[in-house]
Amino acid sequence: MIIEHPLLGPRDAAEFTYLGDAAMIDRPDWQSGDAIREFHDYLYLRDNPAGEHRELWFHEQGDRSWLVVTRNTTTHEITKVELARDTALASGRHR
Amino acid sequence: MSNARRIAGGLIDRDQRLSFSFNGEAMSGYAGDTLASALIANDRRLVARSFKYHRPRGIFTAGSEEPNALVQLRRGSRQEPNTRATVTELFEGLEATSQNHLGSLEHDLLAVNDLLAPFLSAGFYYKTFMWPAAFWEKFYEPIIRASAGLGRLSGEADPDHYDKGFLHCDVLIIGAGPAGLSAAVAAAEAGARVILADEDFLPGGRANAETCEVDGRPAAQWAAESAARLAALSNVRLMTRTSVYGAFDHGIYGALERKTDHLEESDGRPRQVLWRIYAKRAILCAGATERPIAFSNNDRPGIMLAGAVRAYANRWATVPGSRIAVFTNNDDGWRSATDLAALGVEISAVVDTRDITPPASVAGAAIAMGSRVTDTGGRKGLKFIRLADGRRIPADCLAVSGGWNPNVHLTCHQRGRPAWRDDIAAFVPGDELPPGMIVAGAANGTLTLGATLSDGWRAGNAALASLGISPRDIPRPVADDEPAAISAFWHVRDGRARAWLDLQNDVTVKDIRLAHQEGYRAVEHLKRYTTLGMATDQGKTANVGALAIMAECTGKSIPETGTTIFRPPYTPVPIAAFAGRSRGRDFRPTRLTPSHKWSEEQGAVFVEAGQWLRAQWFPRHGETHWRESVDREVNQTRGSVGICDVTTLGKIDIQGRDAADFINNIYCNNFASLAIGKVRYGLMLREDGIAMDDGTTARLAENHFVMTTTTANAVSVFRHMEFCRQCLWPDMDVHLISATEQWAQFAVAGPNSRALLQEIVDPDCDISNEGFPYMACGEITVCGGTSARLFRISFSGELAYEIAVPARYGDALVRALMSAGERFGVTAYGTEALGVMRIEKGHAAGNEINGQTTARNLGLGRMVSKQKDCIGNVLSERSQLDREDGLALMGFRPVDRAESLTAGAHFIAARRNPATENDEGWMSSVAYSPVLGHSIGLGFIARGRDREGEVVRAVDPVRNNDVDVEIISPHFIDPEGKRLRA
Repeated sequence: MIIEHPLLGPRDAAEFTYLGDAAMIDRPDWQSGDAIREFHDYLYLRDNPAGEHRELWFHEQGDRSWLVVTRNTTTHEITKVELARDTALASGRHR
Repeated sequence: MSNARRIAGGLIDRDQRLSFSFNGEAMSGYAGDTLASALIANDRRLVARSFKYHRPRGIFTAGSEEPNALVQLRRGSRQEPNTRATVTELFEGLEATSQNHLGSLEHDLLAVNDLLAPFLSAGFYYKTFMWPAAFWEKFYEPIIRASAGLGRLSGEADPDHYDKGFLHCDVLIIGAGPAGLSAAVAAAEAGARVILADEDFLPGGRANAETCEVDGRPAAQWAAESAARLAALSNVRLMTRTSVYGAFDHGIYGALERKTDHLEESDGRPRQVLWRIYAKRAILCAGATERPIAFSNNDRPGIMLAGAVRAYANRWATVPGSRIAVFTNNDDGWRSATDLAALGVEISAVVDTRDITPPASVAGAAIAMGSRVTDTGGRKGLKFIRLADGRRIPADCLAVSGGWNPNVHLTCHQRGRPAWRDDIAAFVPGDELPPGMIVAGAANGTLTLGATLSDGWRAGNAALASLGISPRDIPRPVADDEPAAISAFWHVRDGRARAWLDLQNDVTVKDIRLAHQEGYRAVEHLKRYTTLGMATDQGKTANVGALAIMAECTGKSIPETGTTIFRPPYTPVPIAAFAGRSRGRDFRPTRLTPSHKWSEEQGAVFVEAGQWLRAQWFPRHGETHWRESVDREVNQTRGSVGICDVTTLGKIDIQGRDAADFINNIYCNNFASLAIGKVRYGLMLREDGIAMDDGTTARLAENHFVMTTTTANAVSVFRHMEFCRQCLWPDMDVHLISATEQWAQFAVAGPNSRALLQEIVDPDCDISNEGFPYMACGEITVCGGTSARLFRISFSGELAYEIAVPARYGDALVRALMSAGERFGVTAYGTEALGVMRIEKGHAAGNEINGQTTARNLGLGRMVSKQKDCIGNVLSERSQLDREDGLALMGFRPVDRAESLTAGAHFIAARRNPATENDEGWMSSVAYSPVLGHSIGLGFIARGRDREGEVVRAVDPVRNNDVDVEIISPHFIDPEGKRLRA
C-alpha cells in the first residue's frame, strides 16, 4: 500500500507501523465519575468495520508522524490521510 | 550428441552449440534453446514421472504453465528441484535430472501406484489413513512424508545471493507479446516512463512462435525490431526474464527477474532480483494459455498442446514426432497442422470435434470432422490414437487444442472475479480490475493477431490519456486476423480409461465426479479435496476443464460454477528471492556498542540483546568456566570498582515548556517535582494498568530531560510517547528525539567508583558526595575538556555512576576509565554480572516487567500516583489487578544452600501436590550470588509480603527440579541502601 503522507507525499506502507482504530485518540477523562468503565470501553471495545475505517499509522521509518488514515478495509482504498495531531487538536483534545 | 529432431529455421543460434546432460546422458543444443526444446531435439520423450501414479510423462507445453516436465537442475549446493524445463534457458554444461521416481526414470518402482489407482482416488488419504489411530505417527506419517513433494533440496546453504529492488514508472506493461509491444510503443513514443517486462528471454511472446506477419514482415522480426526500438529509448526499461507475479495494492507490482539463472556461473552477480514496481498505470498483456481436452489415456509422452508443438517447430526448429496427429475443437488447432505440414512434417490425422467443413486442407492427413480421440496407446511414449469410429491411427505425437484461456490471473489478485465469454468459451477479466490496470490482447480475450495489436495500441493510448500525456501521431502496427472459431468441447465421454485434467496432480475426470458425488461441489472444496490446480503450475492448463466437468455434474453453467480465487504468485518465486540479502548474519542489522572493539580485544564473550551485541563476560587467563569470570567480575565490582557498557539502554531527549508535565503523564509516579540536576526512577504503565517499562529520567534544565528505557523496549516506548504527544496531548509544547546512539554510556560501580572517576573528571567539576549526592546528575567535562554527562544512579546497589560522552568518544572513554582504574583493580563486567548484581539488589528487569505484572505485583504499588492523570492509572485500579492477596515480588533462597534454583519453577506450598490448582506463582530470575555463596532467586508468589520466612517448594517439572525455598525480602544485599549513598 501507499500512504499519501500530508507532509512527505506518497510513502510505502512498509515505512509505517500500525496501531488501530483512530478512536484511540479519544481518551476519556481520568476524573470522570465512571472512569474505570469509560477507560475499559476505550481500551477494549473497538469497531471492526468491513468498509471505511479511520485508523492510526505511525511513520516510524520516516518523520515519526502519527497519521489518521481513512482506509476501506475491504479494498484497501485510502480516501483521506491527516496528521493525527491536527485531528486531535480539531476534536478539542488537550492535556 | 545428435539433434535428430532438429529441422531448418527457428530462432536459435546454430553458431553456438551448447552441451548439457539429462540423467547423465550427454546431449547438445543451441543458444536460444530451452531445456525442453533441446530435449525434444535430442528425441527425449520421457522426462518425468507423475506425482501420484508415477505415470510416464513428457513435455506438455512450451511455457511457464508446464505441468509435467519438472526437473532438477545443477548439483551440490546449487541443486534446484522442481524447475520447469520449458522455461529453463539452456547453457553450456547444464546438468538436469528427472525427479519423483524410485529407481531409474525408465523403470520407476513406484509405478506400482498406477495399479493401485482404484484405491488412490480423490481424498483417499482422508479415508485411508484414519484407522487405527496407533498407525498415525509410526506408519502413515513416514509413508506420506516419503512420498510427498517432488524434487529434493540439497540441504546445503545456497551459495548464490539474491537482491531486492524498487522501480517506478508511469506505465508498467506486463508481457512483451504483440499486444504488449504495441502498447509499449504507443506509450513510450509519447514520452511516458515505461517498464516492459516479459518472463521469456526473447521478447515477442507468440509472435516468435507463429508464421504470421506484422507490417508486412515476419511477426518475430517485427517483435525483435520493436523491442530494439523500445530498448533504445531512454524512458523505457525493457526487462526480459522477468515475471510479474502479483498485483498488489495501490499500483504496486511484484516481479522476479532472473539475472544469472541462465548462466553457468553467476560471477558474483545476484542470481535473481525481486522487484517492487510502483506503477501509475499497468497494462496487462499476459497473453493466453492453451488448454487440453480430456480423453482416455491423454497423459502419454508425446501428447502435447497444439500451440506448443507449433512453437517448438517455428521458434526452436524441433518437431516432437515424425508422425503427428492433431485433435482440436477450434480453428487454431488447424494452424498447428498446416504450419507443420508446410515444414514437411507428416500429419497423420486432424480430428475436429466440430461437424463442419474442414477449415483448411492438410496433405496426406486423415481428416475426421465431428469425431473424437477415444483412447491412445504406447507405454512410455505415444504410438497410436484411436478415434470414435474405431480407427486406429499411428502417431508419435498428438497436438491437442481445447481453446485458449486468457491469462486473467493478475486481474483477480485484488479479489476481482473473471467473467465468462461464450464466443471464445473462456473466462476473461471481469469488471473489477485492480485500480490503474488496463488489460489488452489475448489476456483480454482478443485472440487474433490484428485485433491484439490494435487492442494493445488502444490500451497504450488509454494509459496516456489517463496520465494526461498526449499521444504521438505515429502509425500503429497492423496485421491480419487469423481464423479462431471455437465450439466448446471439454471431455470425450466414450472411453474407458482414466482421462486426465490436471497432469501435475494426477486429477482425472473421475476424481471430479467423485468429489461431486461426495458433496465437494463448491470450487474451493473441489480444489482441496482433489488437489486440482495446486503445486507449481497452479492448474493453468487444468482448472477450466475441471470446472466444466463439475458444471456438467451439477447441471450448472461454467460461470455459475465459478473459479477458485487467484492469488499471487502467478508463477513460482523462490523463497531465496523473498529473503534477498536478509539471511544469516544479515537477517537483521547488528548494532555494536562503542566499547565493542575494546571488548573484543579483551576477549569478551558476546550475547545478542535484540539487535545489539553486548559483552556477556570477560574471561581472564586461566578462567575455564563462565561462572568463574562472572563471580570474579561481581566480587571485584562490589569489592572495588567495575565498568559496564550500558549504551544499549534507550535514551530519549525530551525538551519543551511542557516537558515536565508530559513526563509526569507518562510515568505513573510523580515527576513534576523533580529538581534540576536530579534523577528519578520512573515506572511506566500501559493503559490497561500493566507495567510497561522502567528507567531513570534526569532533569538537566528546566525544560530539558533525558529519559532512559530498557534496551528491549527502546523502540516501543519511544513510539508510545510519540503517540501520547501527538494524539493525546497535542497542545503540549514538548519534543522527543531518540538519542540512544548519540551517547556512549558506561556504568562505573563499586566503592572505588568515585575515586576512579576523579582521575578522569576535570578538577573543576565537583563530584564529591556532598557536591554530587545520590541521584544527582549534571553536565561535566572529562579528560581535559570533553563534554560529558554524569548520573549518580545505581543498578548494582553499590556507590555508582553512569557517565555518558558523545558516542565517538566511547572507545576512548572506556580505555581511559580502565587505565585510570588499574590502581583500584578495576574490572570490566558484562551482562551476566550486571544481572547477578541486580538480582542481589532485588531490582526488577525484563523477566519481572514481562507484560503480565502490575506495579503492585512488583512491590511498587505506592508509586502509582492518584493525584494526577497518567497512562494506566485508572485501569490499574481495577479490582482484580489491585488484589490484596495478589502476587508479590519476593526473594527466594534454597533451604539447603547447596541447591541451585531454576527460573520458571512454580511455587507450591509445602506438602502440597505440584498441580495447577496448587500453583502460587513462579520464579522469574535466578543467579548464583558470589557474595552470599549460594543460589538466589526473584519470583512472584501470592500474598508474598505476609509470608516472609515461610518455606515453599519451587517445582520445575521441565528440568526435573524440586527445591525447598525460603521466602525472603527481594533485597538480598544492603536493604537499607547505605552503599548507594556512601
